[in-house]
Amino acid sequence: MRVSLRKENRHIVSHIVLLLWTFVVLFPIWTLVINSFKTRLTIYDNPFWIPNTWNFSNYTTVLHNGDFFTYFKNSFLVVSISLVLVTLFASLAGYALARYKSRIATFLYYFFIAGMMIPIKIASIKLLEIVRALGLLNSIYALPPIYVAMGLPVGVFILTTFIKELPEDLYEAAIIDGASSGKIYTMVILPLIRPALATTAIYNLIPFWNDLWFPLIFINDERHKTLLLGVTRLFGQYQTDWSKVLAVLTLSAIPVLALYLAMSSQFIKGVTVGSVKG
Amino acid sequence: MRPNHARHLPWLLYLAPALLVYTVFMAFPLIDSLRLSLFSGNNQATRIFVGLENFKRLFSDPEISTRYWGAFFNTWKFFLVHLVVQNGLGIFFAVLLTHETMKGRHIYQTIIFIPTTFAVLITGYLWKLMLNPVWAGDFLVSIGLPFLKHPYLGDTNTALWAVSLVSCWQWLGIPTMMFVAALRNINIELLEAARLEGAGNVKTFWYIKLPLIKPVVGIIAVLTFVNNFNAFDIVFAMENVNGAPEYSTDLIGTLFYRYGIAGQHPIGIPDAGLGAAIATITFLLLIALVIPTLRKTQRGA
Repeated sequence: MRVSLRKENRHIVSHIVLLLWTFVVLFPIWTLVINSFKTRLTIYDNPFWIPNTWNFSNYTTVLHNGDFFTYFKNSFLVVSISLVLVTLFASLAGYALARYKSRIATFLYYFFIAGMMIPIKIASIKLLEIVRALGLLNSIYALPPIYVAMGLPVGVFILTTFIKELPEDLYEAAIIDGASSGKIYTMVILPLIRPALATTAIYNLIPFWNDLWFPLIFINDERHKTLLLGVTRLFGQYQTDWSKVLAVLTLSAIPVLALYLAMSSQFIKGVTVGSVKG
Repeated sequence: MRPNHARHLPWLLYLAPALLVYTVFMAFPLIDSLRLSLFSGNNQATRIFVGLENFKRLFSDPEISTRYWGAFFNTWKFFLVHLVVQNGLGIFFAVLLTHETMKGRHIYQTIIFIPTTFAVLITGYLWKLMLNPVWAGDFLVSIGLPFLKHPYLGDTNTALWAVSLVSCWQWLGIPTMMFVAALRNINIELLEAARLEGAGNVKTFWYIKLPLIKPVVGIIAVLTFVNNFNAFDIVFAMENVNGAPEYSTDLIGTLFYRYGIAGQHPIGIPDAGLGAAIATITFLLLIALVIPTLRKTQRGA
C-alpha cells in the first residue's frame, strides 16, 4: 500500500508528458538562437545543432543598422506612455466606481467592462479616419490613445475590484481627518493599490509591445515604425539570409522574455486575472 | 442636504479621463464603423448612403462572396482548432500540474508560458523557417524520416492546419494558467471525499473538477473566440495577407485588411464600406455567440 502510494506520487507519466511539451516549446527557441550565430550558408549544414564557428556578425550588422534602434526606441516610448496612462486613468476610474454608489456608476462600470469582450480591431475603419483627422497618421503618437482605450476595460475591472476590497475604516479615518477625496486618492489609495497597478501594467504589456496591427495600418514612415513593424521590413530586406532574420527575431524577443523570466509569477497572475470573477 | 450635482460631480471628474479616451477611441469608432457599413466612399466628402448595398455585394458579388465565405469557414476552422487543441491541452496540462503531490509545477508553468510572451510575428517567422521543406526537410531526410518532409505551408490541404497549430503553440500558456488558477481554487476536502468514495482520476475530473470550473471554461471559450475571430498576424507572418496558398489560410482578419484597409491588389484602393460591413458581421456574430455562452456558464459564479 505504502509502496504503491509513493509510486503514484511520483507522477512518472505526468512528468513524461510535461517534459515532452517542454521540448516542443524549447526546441524552436533553441533553433532560433543557435542559427542566429551561423551564416547565410552554414544554417543549411546542421540546422538543429550548434554552429562549427560562432558568427557574431549578424548581431553586429543588425545593431549597426541604425533603424533597429529607432524602432526599439519608438516601441519603448509608445508602450511606456500607454502603460502609464492606462494605469493612471484606470485607477482614477476604479476609485470612483468603487466609492461612488449610484446608477450612473453601475452603468459606467458595465460600459467599461463590455470592452473586454470586444476586439478593438473591428473599429479600425473608423479609427483610421479619426487618426487621419487628428493629423497623427504616420506618427507613433497615434498609438497610445488606442492602446489606452484597449487596456482600460481590464484595467478598470482590476482596479475597481481591488479598491472595493479595501477596508471601509480606511476612508472613515481619512474623512475624520478632514481629507478631501483627492487627498484620499493620493495619500491612502495609491500606495495601497500598487499590486493592482502592477497587474494592470503586466496584463497590458504583452499586447501593447507585441501589437502589429495598428502600427501596420497607421505608420509608413521609417522613423516612426515600431519594433515589430520594423521587423517586417528587416525580414523583407534580409529574406535571403535567414541567419540575419533570426538575429533580428532574437533581439526583438529578448526584452519581454527577459522581463517575463525575471518576474514570471507576477506575469502569470496578471494574465489569469480574467479567470477570477469580480 | 447637499444638492445632487455636488455629490456626482467630483466622481465624474475622476471618471473623465478614462471615459474620454475609451469613448473616443473605442466605443464611438466601434459604433460608427457599424454605421459606415451603410455608406460607400472612403472619406467624409465622397460618402453616400447606400443602404444594405455593401452587404449585398459581400454576399452576392461572385468574386467577393467566394472570398468572404472562404475566409469565414477558414476562420471557424482556425477557431475550432484552438478551442479543441489549445484549450484541451491547456486543461490537460493544468490537471497534471495541480495534483497536490506533483513536483516542479513552477518550472513547467514558466516554460509553457514562454511562447505567449513572443510577438505573433516572431513566432510566425520562426515557424515558417522550421516548416521550410528545404531547410528542415532535408534534415528530416538525413535522419531517416523522409515521410515528414512536406511543404506544410505551401500545400492547400495542410497550410491552415499548420498555421492554426503554430498559433496554439503560442497561446497555450493562457488557458493553462487560467485552468491552473481555477483548479487550485477547488476545495481540497471535496477531492478527498471523492477519493474516499473510490472515484478515480478520470471520474474526479469529469464529475467534480470540471463542473466546478465551468465559469472559467466559459470565459476561456469566449476569449478564444474573441481573439481568434480577428486573427491576422499569424497568417501575415507565415503566409501573406492574401492567405496563400490559394486563399487557403485567408481569415476574416486578412480579408478585412485587404478589402477595408489596404485595398485589393492590383487597384490598391480600400473599400471602407465593404470593410465596415465585414466588421459589422463579425461584431454581430460576437454578440450573438458571446452573450449566451457567458449566460450559460457564469450562472451562480
